[in-house]
Amino acid sequence: MSSTRDEKAARIRHFLATEGDAVAEGTRGFNAGRYESVARLDDYEELKDRARAIKEDAIERLPELVDQLRESVEANGGTLYVADDADDANRYIREVAERKDAETLVKSKSMTTEELEVNDALQSDGVDVVETDLGEWVIQLADEAPSHIVAPAIHKSREGIADLFEATFDTEEPLETAEELTAFAREKLGERIAEADVGMTGANFIAADSGTLLLVTSEGNARKSAVVPDTHVAVAGVEKIVPSVTDFQPFVELIGRSGTGQDITSYISLLTPPVDSPTVEFDDPDVPMTAGGTERDGSSVPSRTSDREFHLVLVDNGRMAMREDEQLKETLYCIRCSACANSCGNFQSVGGHAFGGETYSGGIATGWETGIEGLDVAAEFNDLCTGCSRCVNACPVKIDIPWINTVVRDRINRGEGGRLDFLVEGLTPDAEPGGLDLGKRFFGNFSTVAKLGSATAPVSNWLAGTRPARRLLAETVGVDPRRELPAFRRETFRAWFERRGGSEVPQARARREAVVYPDLYTNHVQVERGKAAVKTLEALGVHVVVPDVPSSGRAPLSQGMVSTAEGHAHEVYAALAEHIDADRDVVVVEPSDLAMFRREYEKFLAPKSFERLDMHSYEVMEYVYGLLHAGAESTLLSAPDERDADERDADDAGVAYHSHCQQRTLGLESYTVAVLEDLGYDVVTSETECCGMAGSFGYKREYYELSMDVGEPIREQFEAADAADRAVVASGTSCLEQLDALLSRPTQHPVELVAPR
Amino acid sequence: MTTATLSTFERSLGRLDVESTRTSADELGETLASVTLDPVVGAPLPFENYSLPDWIRTDPTPAELEQAKTGVTAAEMAVADYGSVVIRATPDATEQVSLFPDVHVAVVRAADVVPGMPEAFERLAEWTAEGDSAIVATGPSATADMGALVKGAHGPKEVHVVVVE
Ligand code: SF4
Repeated sequence: MSSTRDEKAARIRHFLATEGDAVAEGTRGFNAGRYESVARLDDYEELKDRARAIKEDAIERLPELVDQLRESVEANGGTLYVADDADDANRYIREVAERKDAETLVKSKSMTTEELEVNDALQSDGVDVVETDLGEWVIQLADEAPSHIVAPAIHKSREGIADLFEATFDTEEPLETAEELTAFAREKLGERIAEADVGMTGANFIAADSGTLLLVTSEGNARKSAVVPDTHVAVAGVEKIVPSVTDFQPFVELIGRSGTGQDITSYISLLTPPVDSPTVEFDDPDVPMTAGGTERDGSSVPSRTSDREFHLVLVDNGRMAMREDEQLKETLYCIRCSACANSCGNFQSVGGHAFGGETYSGGIATGWETGIEGLDVAAEFNDLCTGCSRCVNACPVKIDIPWINTVVRDRINRGEGGRLDFLVEGLTPDAEPGGLDLGKRFFGNFSTVAKLGSATAPVSNWLAGTRPARRLLAETVGVDPRRELPAFRRETFRAWFERRGGSEVPQARARREAVVYPDLYTNHVQVERGKAAVKTLEALGVHVVVPDVPSSGRAPLSQGMVSTAEGHAHEVYAALAEHIDADRDVVVVEPSDLAMFRREYEKFLAPKSFERLDMHSYEVMEYVYGLLHAGAESTLLSAPDERDADERDADDAGVAYHSHCQQRTLGLESYTVAVLEDLGYDVVTSETECCGMAGSFGYKREYYELSMDVGEPIREQFEAADAADRAVVASGTSCLEQLDALLSRPTQHPVELVAPR
Repeated sequence: MTTATLSTFERSLGRLDVESTRTSADELGETLASVTLDPVVGAPLPFENYSLPDWIRTDPTPAELEQAKTGVTAAEMAVADYGSVVIRATPDATEQVSLFPDVHVAVVRAADVVPGMPEAFERLAEWTAEGDSAIVATGPSATADMGALVKGAHGPKEVHVVVVE
């Protein structure tokens, strides 16, 4: 176990050092572009809903659509072949190439052909396969694998590409600028396209009603590959079919924006092959191209369009089985836009060579690789999804990517075939199989650890801080020794509340009644923010109760312990239902727990129960905002000038705020900002998707460095001149821990800032 | 098409750094002379009342296609919101003429400018139902694969739209 951890750490360190910078620059640029580009759409949410509905319907009716598409393609004069697996697809494609005596085959970018490894198959038959997408060509020359599903060479710097060209072609003039490199590649590849016998493309979408392929590109190489040679082979996953050409429209408006932040890419090709364009016979350079034309000397030339050949190869390779798998099925809605990779903190730092499998990379790769290659491949990188959920709103087809990753993690924990180890089963407080990784079990059962920790504090904290204990923690459960451990408080939040005799606002005089949910961290570690929440609500006229409610199940869920988490969901609901019945609001301090109530519990609770809890639960600052807007007086809260007035000057209204990843996915960041601004604070918000700690992720030895690297942009932003003097506030426990590690100034929850003193 | 749609189209082209010129059927020849670089190849315009001037070579050979600096084609539709021109793939090599030379000049009838993608795909569905192919082209060909955004990857470096009113 320990050596696997070391190997993982070494691998991540390697990619952080060699490819991290180029990947970070590229993906963060795409991600920022996405925000700007989707903001220009009036109907973004509606387009996503339509895109989702089209995919749901198409996958539901897939077998029927395949039949319809076959008729359309054949009526147009092409052939459709459904390949069971990679070998089957490759065999068919090799036969086409052989029949055409193909020496050269030009390709435009296609992840599906990467999945098939068709290049190797053709090359073993002596066919020269040339990638014509510039990025893909670079990868081919370097003999590497793509590190991003849209920008395959995103991990390469301009200098690296220049060196590669020089080494490969012994170029006379040194190539330096991007323009020079592009011109060089265009010329070289132009020659190869001119001599090609077969052109191969992918397809982003295929319309069953007309047999039309939709190709999303920018360079123009796919257009040339499809139109210059007389034979066109298009290869696509069988899930790419949609009913009709009008169904293309929402995807055309969404795909470029979601991926690279372009409103639309340069070329959207709608090809209904065989196409009417004449082939371009560069061997006969002086014969006019037009169909059935005449030579300049008057003699006739045979038609150049009539002998076009078209083959559509639809690849199953596990997809039809994914369609039958209730959990993996959603993966088939994926349009491979790359938004989930670009919005992912971990991906931005390490790229697809670490965060990916055989072919696919980024968040949704777990789904694809599980369905196509198997659990063992997905297991190699599945941990890199921290469940931060920043990809969820970015996905144009609204796939719950973290949920797929959690389900797959659960399957990995259970092992192939779900074999249980009965010896250990029953000895642990969770509902998970005995073979579960010790680290996962430790972090997943953090509620037990926390209870024990508080009960024995401060001794537990002193002990945990000792070197032998740290070594033991590192070796058994993998806690990185460079991390400060959370210090358990002897008096828990609930104990404090009981000791003070309950709420200071009597029910009779209360404007509202609310439960402050004693989440694990607020109850045992971040006790001050719990007290601040109670005092703040009371200042606004709320009668508060802090009942004994179990932990939300977030910790086990993040380790892929789905059935344990589900157990928590039922217990939590049972404990809160009567408070909701009594018309009490449920106020949650820890955003990751609120996200459980509002997102993941939908998978666990009866629909009505989920809806009730969802409707009645609030993030604490969202609740404060609501109270203030319903007329509560803010004068009792702490505004900037009142804070430690003796030590601070007028600038002390400055706040640097990092919201929590899951809180932002729920759209709740703005409430904290609004409350702070209404009170007179001047707020700067972090621009980073996730702080990198992501619950237990950053504590793990193998991920410590990655976690710190992901947090680096926040450190830079909050230490820059315009933010360096601002008070740092953050909503999540793990964000607070991470910011403590990144910055050298104190941090607190926003409710602590505004609570009456 | 309304005047507002046409202005939206021109604004979108502006954002893409694509130049556009309004002209009339009578002045098309002169306009084309002013926006093309020699040698020029073209694909015949499928419009009823006017065609390309004689000095533009249609029906080019592969050699002429390769040597051409400018390619002139019709765009049988344009999309105002995006500044896109829609090029139909025809037997007289419209697709190639719009793709190989460094400059693509697209001739669009003002009446063929539609407001947005929903309208465009209604029409595209009709075209493709007849077995046709088309390219929705927005700005020049581009790549960011070489470390910075470069215009003119495998296709034109520059696009010029001529709107015939
Ligand atoms: S899962 Fe969604 S965001 Fe990720 S690549 Fe697929 S479509 Fe894009």
